[in-house]
Amino acid sequence: MRLFSHQRPELPIVDHVKTDGTPWTLKEKLWLGLSMPDYFKQFFRNPVNWLMIGIFAVGLPLLLQRYIYGLTAVTHASNDYPWGLFLGFGLFGMVPLSASGFMLGTTVELFGRKDFHPIERLALLNGLLGYFFAVVYLEVDLGMPWRLPYPMVVSLGPAAVLFLVAWHVATYLSVQIAEVLPAFFEWIGWLKGKRVIRKMVLGLTIAGIILSTLHQGALGALFNYAPAKIHPLWLSINFQWIHFFCSSIFGGLSMVIVSSTLIRNFAGWRCDDTFKKSLDDITLKLGKGCSLAMITYLVIKLVAVAHDQEWEYLLTGWGGYFMLELGVGVILPMFMFAAAVRNNAPGLARAAAFISVVGIIWNRLNTSMIAFNWELYPEIPHWKEVWITITLYALYFITYRFIVYRLPIVYRWKGER
Amino acid sequence: MKSTVSRRNFIKGGLAGTVAATVLKENTSQAASFEGYPEGMGVLVDLTRCVGCRSCEAACNQEQKLPQPAKPFNDFSVFDEIEHGQKRRTDETRYTVVNRYDVPGQDHPLFRKIQCNHCQEPACLTSCFVNAYTKTPEGAVIYNAKVCVGCRTCMIACPFYIPTFKYSSAFNPRIMKCVFCYDTRLKDGKPPACVEACPQEALTFGKRSELIKIGQQRIRETSGKYEDHIYGEHEVGGTAWMYLSSVPFDKVGFDTHVPKEPILNLVKDFLGIVPMVLTIWPALFAGFHLLATRKDWLKGKTEDDHEEE
Ligand code: SF4
Ligand code: SF4
Ligand code: SF4
Repeated sequence: MRLFSHQRPELPIVDHVKTDGTPWTLKEKLWLGLSMPDYFKQFFRNPVNWLMIGIFAVGLPLLLQRYIYGLTAVTHASNDYPWGLFLGFGLFGMVPLSASGFMLGTTVELFGRKDFHPIERLALLNGLLGYFFAVVYLEVDLGMPWRLPYPMVVSLGPAAVLFLVAWHVATYLSVQIAEVLPAFFEWIGWLKGKRVIRKMVLGLTIAGIILSTLHQGALGALFNYAPAKIHPLWLSINFQWIHFFCSSIFGGLSMVIVSSTLIRNFAGWRCDDTFKKSLDDITLKLGKGCSLAMITYLVIKLVAVAHDQEWEYLLTGWGGYFMLELGVGVILPMFMFAAAVRNNAPGLARAAAFISVVGIIWNRLNTSMIAFNWELYPEIPHWKEVWITITLYALYFITYRFIVYRLPIVYRWKGER
Repeated sequence: MKSTVSRRNFIKGGLAGTVAATVLKENTSQAASFEGYPEGMGVLVDLTRCVGCRSCEAACNQEQKLPQPAKPFNDFSVFDEIEHGQKRRTDETRYTVVNRYDVPGQDHPLFRKIQCNHCQEPACLTSCFVNAYTKTPEGAVIYNAKVCVGCRTCMIACPFYIPTFKYSSAFNPRIMKCVFCYDTRLKDGKPPACVEACPQEALTFGKRSELIKIGQQRIRETSGKYEDHIYGEHEVGGTAWMYLSSVPFDKVGFDTHVPKEPILNLVKDFLGIVPMVLTIWPALFAGFHLLATRKDWLKGKTEDDHEEE
């Protein structure tokens, strides 16, 4: 973003009006205040955008293929593995990483911890987009995507765990939209709307905790339906929902650390001083939260192994893999977080957060695909399935970036709020 | 000012939570107390009588208007087909398949027919979030393609790997599985096509409760011929299609580790906490909030602290 040079002191946009007092138009705001040629010049100078173009060039035709010729065309269409990467990664992986919204919403709004305020909006946005894209992944995976609202309006199956997930994700999405709207209203300059939402913020936050507890847990409980198919180490009937809920806590927090790190490093022009200055401190505090959640998670994991009497499984190959997952995905980042807090080393906490994000995704893929049908045969996804998964993630990335570049997420709106 | 707004919100939230909890609770307990129909019909499959002629496969194919397979039904080389190290299974072109098992110590191979077992408390039914499945009083587990969303949770949940998905269709996909010939036969009290086609009387159609008696009788009267177990009497809470075998069931491809209770029981605990969270959380966290912001509140601050930021 080097075009925001010294000759344009009014950029980046932080106010309703330019320095000379004339208001920014919506179009100018959308183009970041740049002229179209300038905008594209900076766009094509960024190698990340070329990568995106490459991913989409292959991915979009594949998506088209999926909708015209069905799932057979892009996946292995397995009856033994009904769920593949779209759900294993897109739903089961994205949702825990989006727990950030309710975590920081609760911390700031309910517990009154103002010190986390600079990152609250980023956490909310991270939550909203994660959920939204989980639904996008679902829309690619569902056999009849056009029937998405059926469980809400046409035919209800309220005794099913997925019914809870559907309802809670849907309501929680609306809650999160409401939570992110104030930033949008500031940006377009419709302050009345913001006031209205501000009044509801407490109710929204509490709704957020309830819905999150339940559906994070419900995603775990979904696997209780397959007691004879999933390796016992990855399925604990009594504790599954707690495992999923508890790991979503550090998953969500780690994801905000990762995303704030990326934003600070690659979109520094967009951050204001409060954000930049407080970020190290906040990162360490979040890291502390992560390490506490991780130790809790580990204890509950062990309790589950003991409760289900699965010690002997630990000595098998599967047991080794299980311990590898816990060791690399949880224990290692846990110690890194702890060391980072003790030595006041935010960089270490950032590395830990990155590992823990990967660890969560790994755990969800293990549960939904690798330990699933452990007595049958392993299913290796079709390359097209992998590519579509990456394409959707790229879409998530550019949407995320589009919003962070514009709305007052990591900076404070200067004009009337 | 702030505190009044907050309080009103808590009450509202609490009320909504309670209402939602009551509604949910009623619904779940309703479905949870469903015990299957004791008077339902079933089929007893006797592995010792099956000769692997595949007549049932052919009959089902015709009855259910499924596509013609690549190999005709009198081609027995299909028994050697192995995919991913597995024997043949149901898929979108076949609701039932017969597989051959060469069991060491037996002078002849054994054959096992698989199809939907029409569970008493079906996992497919209870896991479906749009209620696409119905257990009819006659004992069949049928499926309504008009409401199915294609999430394939039922395939995850079925302990016998029975439902399959018509992945090949982009605009009309659906679950494909044996329906006990409900529409064409069972509804009118007639035995299903595959049962009628069996030349060996390996498949016995009748009331489930009667079939259990018949099975026990066969086990009793031919001492040592059968394993002393009717597979499906108690597996996953009982199934309408049950099996008799002369060798241990795990030798002929049965999963003997499936729970002895309905799959639904395994999610009941979780469903049970839902009303609790819905009712307790609002009050709990409202309390936390009041505690955490107590000082500001005591000081009599009137500004909304969200605005002050
Ligand atoms: S065998 Fe599977 S598909 Fe058939 S009723 Fe039981 S759970 Fe459903
Ligand atoms: S695939 Fe259809 S029938 Fe199966 S659980 Fe999903 S909505 Fe229900
Ligand atoms: S009961 Fe009917 S649908 Fe089921 S396997 Fe037999 S013939 Fe096919």
